[in-house]
Amino acid sequence: MSNRVAVVGVGQTKYAAKRQDVSMAGLVREAAKRALDDAGMTWSDIDAVVIGKAPDMFEGVMMPELYLADALGAVGKPMLRVHTAGSVGGSTGVMATHLVSSGAHKRVLVVCYEKQSESNATWALSIRLPFTGGSVTGAGGYFAPVIRAYMRRSGAPDDIGIKVSVKDRLNALNNPYAHLKIPDISEEMVRESPMLWDPIRYLETCPSSDGACAVVLTDEDTAKGTPNPPAWVHGTAVRSEPTMGAGRDVVNPHAGRDCAKDVYAQAGVTDPRREIDCAEIYVPFSWYEPMWMENLGFAPEGEGWKMVDDGSTSMKGDLPINPSGGVLSSNPIGASGMCRFAEAALQVRGMAGDHQVDGAKLALGHAYGGGAQFFAMWMVGSEKPNA
Amino acid sequence: MKSFLRDVAIVASATFETPSEPSRNEVEMLLPVIHDALGQVGLSQGEIGFTVSGSSDYLQGYTFAFVGALDAVGAWPPIRESHLEMDGAFALAEAVAYLQEGHVDTALVYAFARPSRGDLDRTLSVQLDPYTVAPLWPDARGLAGLQAQAMRDSGRYGDVPDVTPTYVGDGVTAVILATGDRARELTKTPVWIRGIDHRIEAQMLGLRDLGSSASTKLAGEGAGATNIDEAYLHVLYPHQELLVKDALGLDRQPVNTAAGPMMVGGLERLATAAKSIAGTGKRAVATATSGACMQQNLVAVLEGAAA
Repeated sequence: MSNRVAVVGVGQTKYAAKRQDVSMAGLVREAAKRALDDAGMTWSDIDAVVIGKAPDMFEGVMMPELYLADALGAVGKPMLRVHTAGSVGGSTGVMATHLVSSGAHKRVLVVCYEKQSESNATWALSIRLPFTGGSVTGAGGYFAPVIRAYMRRSGAPDDIGIKVSVKDRLNALNNPYAHLKIPDISEEMVRESPMLWDPIRYLETCPSSDGACAVVLTDEDTAKGTPNPPAWVHGTAVRSEPTMGAGRDVVNPHAGRDCAKDVYAQAGVTDPRREIDCAEIYVPFSWYEPMWMENLGFAPEGEGWKMVDDGSTSMKGDLPINPSGGVLSSNPIGASGMCRFAEAALQVRGMAGDHQVDGAKLALGHAYGGGAQFFAMWMVGSEKPNA
Repeated sequence: MKSFLRDVAIVASATFETPSEPSRNEVEMLLPVIHDALGQVGLSQGEIGFTVSGSSDYLQGYTFAFVGALDAVGAWPPIRESHLEMDGAFALAEAVAYLQEGHVDTALVYAFARPSRGDLDRTLSVQLDPYTVAPLWPDARGLAGLQAQAMRDSGRYGDVPDVTPTYVGDGVTAVILATGDRARELTKTPVWIRGIDHRIEAQMLGLRDLGSSASTKLAGEGAGATNIDEAYLHVLYPHQELLVKDALGLDRQPVNTAAGPMMVGGLERLATAAKSIAGTGKRAVATATSGACMQQNLVAVLEGAAA
């Protein structure tokens, strides 16, 4: 049996369109230092460092673990760099968990970041390959038809995406690190914002952010001596499927369903809607909330939108989704998955401040990437998992 | 790590390497090699518990380049999978940790690159500090020359060979791992991973003693690299062989060195070591290196169960 793993520290930077006050090294160090402070540790307490981020071309630094080793106190230690598309923040957390559960290390620092203002992400995503046509539509262009397919299949009312946007932006007002703060957000404001990729409006998309998010993972013994309550990892899972292929359902991906089943089984969860207290899930476009409600088994197929419509996913509902404001409010791409994992941990530690879900004991962190083909999840709880 | 919850062995591997692959892309190079490795132990992708790869977007020339490589694996139904933007040897270290959890008992590790289409010396310079060093475009070979000179200046190595041109090669390597009884079931000659560790140094050359390899030494200690019969070293320039031998305390053992394709070379060393000692009862050390002047180094200790 593998060893128990605890999240004993969480650190985030302020997310913003341009963090020109810090270098890349300064950015990751800011988040890492806050996570170490939370854990009551210093750089020398750490045994290994794992970093994750989206493509190197987003900042123009190849294999940036080499450049960042010094800034993250990794000199003389093992250091790894994970890259699995938009899911990378989640995958990095999962891989780092294995470094502790395997007994390889006792104290692991995990840092994910993106500093999009250093370069041009749209350029990096638009490199034309030989013999292929480029759509140059961005992620919104890729996912808009998928959302249309969901609306048609489920018969969801047109305003569900708008409701998600308002809810997440209201939640963001209670998160000091959130990038977008729109105090007067309303359904009217979202509805009147420009249509970018029908049916996705400007205010239904995520921003482009600079930022970093870090966690400190430890074994059970080390967690006994940390100043703040730990979050215990009850399960981790990753799943991948190809970009294209017969039988793929991009609206309700097989890999996402398998990944959720895996993490629920590890955590002993049989009725996710009832047993999970809140979730931080990867929603870069508003409509992905109802879609993931179904993919994650919180709602029957075709009925995820009803959870949005009746307020179940709001802070006052029975399953608050993205109390932090989610990806719709802060999107440092390579860190966005780690933000979900870290925010889930903050909830069960009772340390989420003004966006705390009362009495949260079990929370899900979720990330996806590529053409909705890479998934990474973890379940964290306030109580130790069964051995 | 050198104490494992579960023993892990290399049970199969395959490699393809060429100075310059003229026509096939990464996926086309990978497909037959992955199937060769799987076929050696009679496995299909559906029976693999965890899949992990190493590659670099910068060498392939576009973002998310590893995504397409999944087509060589056949990720349907969906698979447990991850990717490191590192040499495949580091992906193998990740797989060894993953296998400790006990949910799965086999793993596929692969690495791929086709750097021949670019200017590798120039490409590698974007690994350096983006604010103060990379804008000067120092090339990889030139930096290796500083390392060779530092070794000469230290007076510790006798004759230090000149720096050769940076090796540019294309290729792929695939390795199959299995735990305990599953490994013994799959092959009569499993090669057990007795220790694996890796360490990184600071990037700034002025902060480092280029006349020795501190990270190789630490990784060697972490992996328990003693009583070694043979060595399979990943070195990019001839002088680096002296540094690795010094750091690992190798003297009379036969040493086999190679650079291999960038991102693949380290994993290839582990695979070649495993092939060489399978069934012999011998103990080998294999290394992988990354970064300018060997900034980051991995050491693995392998033991080929006697047939």
